[in-house]
Amino acid sequence: MNDILRVVHELGGGLFGFVWPGVWTVVKIAILLGIVMFCVTYLTLAERKIIGWMQIRMGPNRVGPLGLLQPLADAVKLFFKETLIPSKSEKLVFILAPALTFIPALLGWAVIPFSPELVLADINVGVLYVLAISSMGAYGILMSGWASNARYSFLGSVRSASQMISYEVSMGFTIIPVVMLAGSLNLKEIVLSQTDLWNVVPLFPMFFIYFISVVAETNRAPFDLPEAESELVSGFNTEYSAMTFGMFFMGEYANMILVSTMGSILFLGGWLPPLPFLSFIPGIFWLALKTGFLLFVFLWIRATFPRYRYDQLMRLGWKVFLPFSLLWIFLTGAALHLLGKA
Amino acid sequence: MAEDREFQNFTVNFGPQHPAAHGVLRLLLELDGEVVERADPHIGFLHRGTEKLLEHKTYLQGVPYFDRLDYMSMMAQEHPYVLGVERLLGIEAPERAQYIRVIFAEITRMLNHLLFLGAHGLDVGAMTMFLYTFREREQLIDFYEAVSGARIHAAYFRPGGVAKDMPDGLADKIWEFTETFPGKIDEYETLLTENRIWKQRLVGIGIVTPQQALDWGFVGPMIRGSGFAWDLRKAEPYDAYDKVEFKIPIGKNGDSYDRYLIRVEELRESNKIIRQCLKQMKAGPVRHENFKQSPPYRGAMQQDMESLIHHFKLFTEGFRTPPGEIYAATETPKGELGVYIVSDGTTKPYRVKIRAAGFNHLQAMKYMAKGHMVADVTTIVGTVDIVFGEIDR
Repeated sequence: MNDILRVVHELGGGLFGFVWPGVWTVVKIAILLGIVMFCVTYLTLAERKIIGWMQIRMGPNRVGPLGLLQPLADAVKLFFKETLIPSKSEKLVFILAPALTFIPALLGWAVIPFSPELVLADINVGVLYVLAISSMGAYGILMSGWASNARYSFLGSVRSASQMISYEVSMGFTIIPVVMLAGSLNLKEIVLSQTDLWNVVPLFPMFFIYFISVVAETNRAPFDLPEAESELVSGFNTEYSAMTFGMFFMGEYANMILVSTMGSILFLGGWLPPLPFLSFIPGIFWLALKTGFLLFVFLWIRATFPRYRYDQLMRLGWKVFLPFSLLWIFLTGAALHLLGKA
Repeated sequence: MAEDREFQNFTVNFGPQHPAAHGVLRLLLELDGEVVERADPHIGFLHRGTEKLLEHKTYLQGVPYFDRLDYMSMMAQEHPYVLGVERLLGIEAPERAQYIRVIFAEITRMLNHLLFLGAHGLDVGAMTMFLYTFREREQLIDFYEAVSGARIHAAYFRPGGVAKDMPDGLADKIWEFTETFPGKIDEYETLLTENRIWKQRLVGIGIVTPQQALDWGFVGPMIRGSGFAWDLRKAEPYDAYDKVEFKIPIGKNGDSYDRYLIRVEELRESNKIIRQCLKQMKAGPVRHENFKQSPPYRGAMQQDMESLIHHFKLFTEGFRTPPGEIYAATETPKGELGVYIVSDGTTKPYRVKIRAAGFNHLQAMKYMAKGHMVADVTTIVGTVDIVFGEIDR
């Protein structure tokens, strides 16, 4: 691996001269985004298949063997459809909104460490960066509902604004104990601090709240109120079609993968193997396994639970999760103090 | 911009093309934020003039129109009509036919309540229920197909009995189904009954007090949810219902959760009724044997002049009923379905009036939804269990 990298660097340096580091970064970004987009497309298929099996049906199986080409067919369909822009809408904002949802979902990947070496931007404020980027997603949805100038869209975006902001708060608070244990905001440091014991053991309730909060933050069932089909038709994206809809769709799935990866990094020890002697298997495999498990739980609860109501969701966030997280932060601090670690 | 513009509530058109509108319900929702100030149901999108059409059909030709009223509980709709015609004629179906009718009325109840469970789940966001209940509905629809040849619009009940006897082996298949079905109901219940979110969404939503239930003329599970054990199968038994034992589940609080539990319980009771009928049933004729009023046997028609004439007269002119009027009602899955027939002594009814349960239930929408949130409107639409075929007729 290192040999190949060295050869690539020598060749690149020869070809591009002093611009090479910049070119190399672009190449890395392209590879990372390629992988993320691949995962997004196949997550849609996985969702349909897994939920299909849970609902005693087959899921897509017509396009390609086992339906493996279904995501491509869907993508082609979305690309070739006409983008309808409602005449009463605010056109610029209407077009801008899907991009604003989709782009933050990709930006977050910059700081995710896949293994000790594999990280695009190893910055010291990784956790803050991810939180900041992911809260930008709310703007896209808010704008889409406003710009559509339709009633159901408007209701959907109002719901999502309050929901995403509330759960951003409770998600942020669940991360604080993790940061306290690691003593760093750098995601790599956070993973390395879990070498002896994964955070999920001492902070299990926080992991639980983190997971529920991210389900709410990514607008997935049972917290899919902004797009609740049976209430708001399709909520904020009712008026969207073709690729503008596709952007929302991909943004949602990219976000799901991002928060699942974050969950594995923060609580499940990132690329660390569950037992030390298993470390001969590359770390990225373990990370993928943990992320995959969290994604499976995403789909599992979607197939199982009815939808929350708007006020119940707010009550859960502000009156249950927030006080409990604060208490746990206090307990973590006290424990660290008593153990003489802080 | 006019500055003196008054602040208005947000008005939303819920339906007729809304995923949770259960067909063609149109509700005008006046919202204050997410809270419903007023829910105004608009009906008539599925009006087909059934009552008027029936005046131009012979009594026998009228049967299929009833399948199409509440197209989710088909044979149960035929039931009051054929009973009414029988009472006009002063005849009674033979015992075996009565049992077959009860079996299929209960199968229909299962069909309807299974759809209710699935659709109600979908309204509240539990989409898996829909596919689970449709697995069982599929088997039940196969039973429909076995007796009548049609999967939905059966036209199987006839004045004076049923169209044909059940085919060989069907009784065993239904028996097999009833053995496994209670287990399936348990499966549904593990998904919903004790689910916290399900309870949060249903308990205390759309409460109907006993007085309101009486005032609005509620019937079926809607009135039983408010604590009245009113069930026509017990109150004025028809066909073989007086020979079977079953319980009437009633609710306490009159909310959506009670009505959900009642319908689940009725699934179990229907299962018991079917089993009792299958046990008690004996061989025998399945249609009234006065061939002036019910079709003669196919074999006899090829031998016997009289039968051929009866057949010809019956299917061209139809049979005559004595002049008079009759009200017949049965307990359909949605409640009392009443058919009022006025006969002028010809082969066609002079007037038919259908009293559909859903119509009375829908009128309460306005009061049940008031003060609840938008999300609860779908819960209430679900719990009322409306089908527009019977409301618009």
